[in-house]
Amino acid sequence: MGVGIEVKALNAWYGSNHTLQDIELNIPANHATALIGPSGCGKSTFVRCLNRMHETNPIARVTGTVRIGDLDIYHDISPVEIRRRVGMVFQRPNPFPTMSIYDNVCSGLKLNGFRNRRELDEIVERSLRNAALWDEVKDDLKKKSGASLSGGQQQRMCIARALAVDPEVLLMDEPASALDPVSTSKIEDLIFQLKSQYTIVIVTHNMQQAARVAEKTGFFLNGRMVEFDSTHKIFTNPSDKRTEDYITGRFG
Amino acid sequence: MSRNRGRNLRSLWRSGVDHLATGLAILATVLVVAPLIAIFFYLVYKGASSLNWAFFTQIPKPEGEVGGGMANAIVGSAVVLFVASLFGIPIGIGGGIYLAEFGRGTKLANAVRFTADVLNGVPSIVMGIAAFSLIVVPMHHYSALAGGVALGIMMIPTVTRTTEEMLLMVPHSVREAALGLGVPNWRSVLSITLKTASPGVITGCMLAFARVAGETAPLLFTALGNQFWSVSLNHEISALPLQIYNYAISPYDDQHRQAWAGSLVLIALIVIAVSLVRFVTSRGTLKGAS
Repeated sequence: MGVGIEVKALNAWYGSNHTLQDIELNIPANHATALIGPSGCGKSTFVRCLNRMHETNPIARVTGTVRIGDLDIYHDISPVEIRRRVGMVFQRPNPFPTMSIYDNVCSGLKLNGFRNRRELDEIVERSLRNAALWDEVKDDLKKKSGASLSGGQQQRMCIARALAVDPEVLLMDEPASALDPVSTSKIEDLIFQLKSQYTIVIVTHNMQQAARVAEKTGFFLNGRMVEFDSTHKIFTNPSDKRTEDYITGRFG
Repeated sequence: MSRNRGRNLRSLWRSGVDHLATGLAILATVLVVAPLIAIFFYLVYKGASSLNWAFFTQIPKPEGEVGGGMANAIVGSAVVLFVASLFGIPIGIGGGIYLAEFGRGTKLANAVRFTADVLNGVPSIVMGIAAFSLIVVPMHHYSALAGGVALGIMMIPTVTRTTEEMLLMVPHSVREAALGLGVPNWRSVLSITLKTASPGVITGCMLAFARVAGETAPLLFTALGNQFWSVSLNHEISALPLQIYNYAISPYDDQHRQAWAGSLVLIALIVIAVSLVRFVTSRGTLKGAS
């Protein structure tokens, strides 16, 4: 089951660049939450702070608290452990090129020492079914490289790979921006199904996408969160003038 | 009309330049391959006639006698190269991993990289002297071990630098994928980054191996050479380049012929060893793997 995320006074820097300023936000459990905003507004940095990927860059720095479920992820737990609870899907599909589809999906478990073959088989099948890819790849699981799939299939495989470690939260950083419309709609259907089991945070450039998949939407601008509300309210009656300007296409 | 003719002339010019460029590329390829083929055929011409069963099964006959073989030198080369690989490849790969993954941008990494480049340019005879003073002098005798270490040191810079280059070519997104799954960094480096880069790393190791397999100078005061059977790491050992060298400067015609045969065998064995490693490591590659 998913858990809620509580963000307080979150600030982040890349070198001297203050990319996130005083973010306060409560992301509800078992819902999809979309983050929108123009390029460079800090929305990607924000999701990378939720699984401590931000700090893998040596010049990056973070202050503030992020609570996921009942854990303060910057104090109670190591970055490696939190990333097993908070899965991430990246903008471009990033399969492990030397691994088969099967090994790609269970890589998170195998690399952490999980060896039970029968369980791995079950987890791979369940994860691929959850990612709506099973029927397309079930005959080539161990024969084909993960890199041999099409872009949309690769991205769904990456989602399956993230699901296989059984996270509570799934972060998606523009998961469909490198894909064609058919693959995009498959990913969106998937998000719609997955949110009953996971808390999903999706960064997107595409406002229609946010409107289609998310119950809640946050609007980021210049490193600050301008507005966070139900998706319906953000797109029909935003409280802030800047949000309105953005969603009506006056900038960004 | 004139515009049409202009276009025809231009396309004629373009296809001419195209053919010229293709021709030059083919010429360059021929120039690259020609010396190798020429050397190989000359070796076959000079050496093949002396190749017989005895060459691969017998040890050298005493000076002046006709016949005998290089069996001990072939085995000795294998022993020395095995020691060299055992010593040079792990250290080289370890150094490359450090340069690319852990020490990136640090002063120590820059120093290590610079040292590796300098080491690469050190004449091989100096490596021999180094191994001589490090191992032969304290042990008070020549040994296969000293020869292996001398060659191993020579392998390190090539292996280190190619490993570094190949690791740096692994896309950042692949590393992020591993970290994002909650894989510890060291595990991600070994199981994901190094594995992804492994074809290139193996090529680097093979280059280093092939290069030192033919080295004579570092073995002169380390392995020394041996006219008799020995596979012990603790004693002087024969090696093909040493045996070729000794026979080539000897006054006997039969030994000259055997030196040619030895050179042919040395090249053939290097080709076989490299192909074998390629074959073994390329098995299990998946359909569509990049």
